[in-house]
Amino acid sequence: MPYQVKHLDLLEAEAIYVMREVASQFERPGLLFSGGKDSICLVHLAKKAFYPARFPFPLVHIDTGHNFPETIDYRDELAKQIGAELIVGSVQDSINQGRATEETGYNASRNKLQTITLLDTIEQYKFDALMGGARRDEEKARAKERFFSHRDEFGQWDPKNQRPELWMLLNGKKNPGEHFRVFPISNWTEMDVWQYILREQIPLPSLYYSHKRKVFNRDGVLYAYSDFMPLKPTEQIEEMVVRFRTIGDMTCTGAVISQASKLEEIVKEVAAMRTTERGTRADDKRSETAMEDRKKEGYF
Amino acid sequence: MSYLDMDLLRFTTAGSVDDGKSTLIGRLLYDSKSIFEDQWNAIEDASKRRGEGYVNLALLTDGLKAEREQGITIDVAYRYFATPKRKFIIADTPGHIQYTRNMVTGASTANLALILIDARKGVVEQTRRHSFIASLLGIPHLVICINKMDLVDYAETVFERIKDSYTEFAAKLNVKDIHFIPISALNGDNVVSRSEHMPWYKGSTLMYLLETIHIAGDENLIDARFSVQHVIRPMQHEYHDYRGYAGTVAGGVLRVNDEVTVLPGGFSSKIAHIEFADKQLPEAFPPMSVTLRLQDQIDISRGDMIVRSANQPRVVQDIDIMCCWFNPKNMQPNTKYVIRHTTRETKCMVKEVYYKVDINTMHRNREDLTVGMNDIAKLKLRTVQPLVVDAYSRNRHTGAIILIDESTNETLAAGMIL
Repeated sequence: MPYQVKHLDLLEAEAIYVMREVASQFERPGLLFSGGKDSICLVHLAKKAFYPARFPFPLVHIDTGHNFPETIDYRDELAKQIGAELIVGSVQDSINQGRATEETGYNASRNKLQTITLLDTIEQYKFDALMGGARRDEEKARAKERFFSHRDEFGQWDPKNQRPELWMLLNGKKNPGEHFRVFPISNWTEMDVWQYILREQIPLPSLYYSHKRKVFNRDGVLYAYSDFMPLKPTEQIEEMVVRFRTIGDMTCTGAVISQASKLEEIVKEVAAMRTTERGTRADDKRSETAMEDRKKEGYF
Repeated sequence: MSYLDMDLLRFTTAGSVDDGKSTLIGRLLYDSKSIFEDQWNAIEDASKRRGEGYVNLALLTDGLKAEREQGITIDVAYRYFATPKRKFIIADTPGHIQYTRNMVTGASTANLALILIDARKGVVEQTRRHSFIASLLGIPHLVICINKMDLVDYAETVFERIKDSYTEFAAKLNVKDIHFIPISALNGDNVVSRSEHMPWYKGSTLMYLLETIHIAGDENLIDARFSVQHVIRPMQHEYHDYRGYAGTVAGGVLRVNDEVTVLPGGFSSKIAHIEFADKQLPEAFPPMSVTLRLQDQIDISRGDMIVRSANQPRVVQDIDIMCCWFNPKNMQPNTKYVIRHTTRETKCMVKEVYYKVDINTMHRNREDLTVGMNDIAKLKLRTVQPLVVDAYSRNRHTGAIILIDESTNETLAAGMIL
């Protein structure tokens, strides 16, 4: 088939198209960067979309203060290397200013507080579009997302009243104070992301590769032992060979036991996985509609 | 590494709860091992909690609270699966609520439409409605699954009768490629594996058809079209004179040294470079996202279209379209709407409503010309700036438009240029 574009090239072309639309339709776009593989893919796509120019938006990181140190190192190194502007919204600052209240208890997480910091950051920098690495295959509320997803002046999502999105004619029109969340890799699956990372040889934080780590088991999830998570009296620290399938806060990201230390091995492992990647995420397990509830309030 | 290099087929399904659509999709996902254990357990639990006697696969994607409460799909749900041969994206659209809007949305990017007919009922209103929308949106391939064959004793006569009546109806549609498969989604007959109950059926199973149907010809490879999306001008010394026109190839094959014309301006030049990131390409075809550089410095901006000089589209301000209206607010004649076509945006007014189409009977109504939610109508538009268009039937990228409300910014309608 000489004139047929294959799946990774199709998905790449689609994502690049969406990013170029963002650059053209909005005045103050930003790229939400979490240090996870999906947003790392976005950065790679952005570099290609505007080559040889630099991509015309800053990286925006909402830092909970509970990130893996490896994530922060990777973020800083990446921004320096590509010469991108990095804007960090700090959840700790929001707490210090009394804008957010820390949860208490063993399963305390700053996951929900990120929304406050995110909306404050949007307000402060007057962002009118923020791109994120969310995919429709990863979570059922995200399955209903548009490429261009409208947010009202309170940053809220109204899933029942979304604009129909036809062909690739993306409508980014909005009133002052409103903004858009944009998801260029909506149609990618977890497998597509890994295959793309492999094909493009994109460097990732070491957390994704098999390594030795002190972990403990809570409700069937293997958490990294850290200062952010006090152990219950019955919990034991064990050293295990693990890697992370997704990366969020240390307080909500579970590890998987794995020997996969090369990209090829990870792709093979993902292909054989019988559980979804978000199965390791405590933030989604709080209720059946945990993601939708958070998204309506302004979460990613 | 062939798995890095697979075809991608987008198909749409439409239907109501009881025609077996969810069962069929569930079977495709389950048999291709695309449902994960935790997903399966979660929907199994949820189905039990809701007192449902079977595992309700709709819960996989009907994730919104309102959908779960009311047991309906509100919106187009996208599902993904892969076999060793192909990757698939299903745009699954609900049969009842907002059906026209959702079906049209799902159909707009699909290569193929999967239409289910209950073998006991034959061709019904909903079959005609789905088929009409598939044809209106230019979906190249239709696969008609005659389902629940187990309930009609797997009888060939039933299959043939439905096939004949559908073929007769489909003669009025504009679809090139129609396939018929007798299946039982519940028992798996002819879905992934061949049915032992229907030795008279010599055609392929649904999965085999989905994996092998020829989709390379779905894009227009004749009329070279490139909509300029973004002008790349690096503010760096080493790229002082660099002007790259970034966009997607909307049709044809563009090659270095091709004589091209920039529309609507009309200036001509030659393609000097076709680039993708740091790679130089000899040619580009749809739907690649690339950057073109021309030999001459001409003023080109977003919304312009670069075309091969020997094969030019129409540059027009008056266009006829088939329109699907999505908004509760009726269409108003002589009101300015924003119109978006490729990467170009201008304003327009509806000058005339020729007729409305009854989606169930395909009857043309020339008396009641009020265009409201879910209506399909033929309209004449007058645009403020010229558009560079092809007929939708010739090119789905350069023949499609949307209308946007100037005050609410909502997407009001989709249009196919005639």
